[in-house]
Amino acid sequence: MNEIAIDIKNLSVHFGKFCALGKITFSLTSSEFLTIIGPNGGGKTTLIKTILGLIEPSEGTVKVFGRNPKDVPFREIGYVPQIKTIDRTFPAKVFEVVATGLTGKWQFHFSKDIRQQVHKVLEFCGLENLENRQINRLSGGELQRVFLARSIIRRPRLLLLDEPATGIDTIAETDFSKILENLQKEFQTTIVMVTHDWEYAFYHSTTVMLLNKTIIAFGAPKKIFTEDNLQKTFGHIGHEHNLEFTIEKNV
Amino acid sequence: MFELLKSSFAINALLAGLVVGFLGSFYGTFIVQRRMSFLGDGLAHVAFGGVALGLLLQAEPFWIAIPFTIIVAVAITYLKEKTNIEIDTAIGIFFAVSVALGVLFISLNKHYISDAFSYLFGSILLVSSEDLIYSYFLAIITIAVSIFFWRRWTYATFDSELARIDNIKVDFDNYLLSILIALSIVVSVKLVGIFLVASFLVIPSATAKLVSKTFSQMTILSILLGIVSSEIGIIISILFDLPTGATIILFQSTIFTLMLFFHKIINK
Repeated sequence: MNEIAIDIKNLSVHFGKFCALGKITFSLTSSEFLTIIGPNGGGKTTLIKTILGLIEPSEGTVKVFGRNPKDVPFREIGYVPQIKTIDRTFPAKVFEVVATGLTGKWQFHFSKDIRQQVHKVLEFCGLENLENRQINRLSGGELQRVFLARSIIRRPRLLLLDEPATGIDTIAETDFSKILENLQKEFQTTIVMVTHDWEYAFYHSTTVMLLNKTIIAFGAPKKIFTEDNLQKTFGHIGHEHNLEFTIEKNV
Repeated sequence: MFELLKSSFAINALLAGLVVGFLGSFYGTFIVQRRMSFLGDGLAHVAFGGVALGLLLQAEPFWIAIPFTIIVAVAITYLKEKTNIEIDTAIGIFFAVSVALGVLFISLNKHYISDAFSYLFGSILLVSSEDLIYSYFLAIITIAVSIFFWRRWTYATFDSELARIDNIKVDFDNYLLSILIALSIVVSVKLVGIFLVASFLVIPSATAKLVSKTFSQMTILSILLGIVSSEIGIIISILFDLPTGATIILFQSTIFTLMLFFHKIINK
């Protein structure tokens, strides 16, 4: 039987009087690929940050591999933040950023072993030619892959990604999803990804969560993407979303 | 004219310049990269409040200014970390309150207060051996602490959230960094004055950032610029009888302008 990677019971997160998340209960077995979909302000990032141990639950419990998130060794969890939050003015080269994933600290000096491991993961992510490039000279897609490389260099058991496809083009997105596919094949990593891309969630994930402050629906993509669920999550279904692919597939 | 440079006051000034240049430019890298340049100015004015209190209490102003500035530095960090008050707002509040307290303490003081004005403009050419010992003691502490904390401070400067996820005690590290910056400012204020100390924290690091490809390069270059510009500034001021603090800063800003110019040309 697969191990439980994430086990959340009755989780609520309040910021003062504002309720960001309420009554969240779910568990995810290892090697699964969960996508979290919901409207802006629906608590997706809050949930990710609670799993990471950055936000304390107001109520309920969060367990990652059976432990409190803060007690999980840092190498077991990888995290890819939203690239808009990255300070691109920071003077750093790609290999320095990726090395932090391995050491958990900024390096002044890089041993041969660190260099080799960084090179290997950059190759895995198709970034070997950018090793010595400064991060302020990377495109959005390249920077996103650098942060993915940084998070997988430690071979995490759980990988959390917060809207990795935002602001990158379709080709970059395809590259990105190929890397995730390879990662799951090779290391059976459990993946949790926040995304606005319904189609991506439908085709790539094993489980989908529709979230709007509380869980609207949770389960296999084919069962989750119904007009009723999406309406409950978003209040309406925008014209820009091509629901046909989901509804037709469901039928 | 060069004989002047062999005198004890010149040697003391050069030694003081070395330590002030080092301390300011080392911490400056974090201050500039974390966009907290106003912190240097703010804490220098907070130190003024501490100096004025020391003079009112007829105690050594330096020893009163240290706890006074550290408490405010910790309070600013607390407001930044634990409330939704922006850091520039927090600094602005303490800046104004400290200057107001300083003015109040001076007005209440019935004694001779020329010392207060020496803190405003600094007196690097009148540095005593005692001042030098304090300054070097602090520099040694800084180097020792930095060996352990540089990698953590740098990681948190790059991205505090990623550092927290990797189990770095970012809050503790930020308080420690603030305390050491406050200490450096108090030491530097005595040597270069309240009005000019902030530039020691900002200009060498800002100059280094223009041409550095990594944070390690920025740190080394900033320290070199901080030390070299202080020493050259002191020598020029002694040789041409110019105000020392102002000469150092104008020299630093000249280097910054040249670097900016070359940086623009190279990157065209």
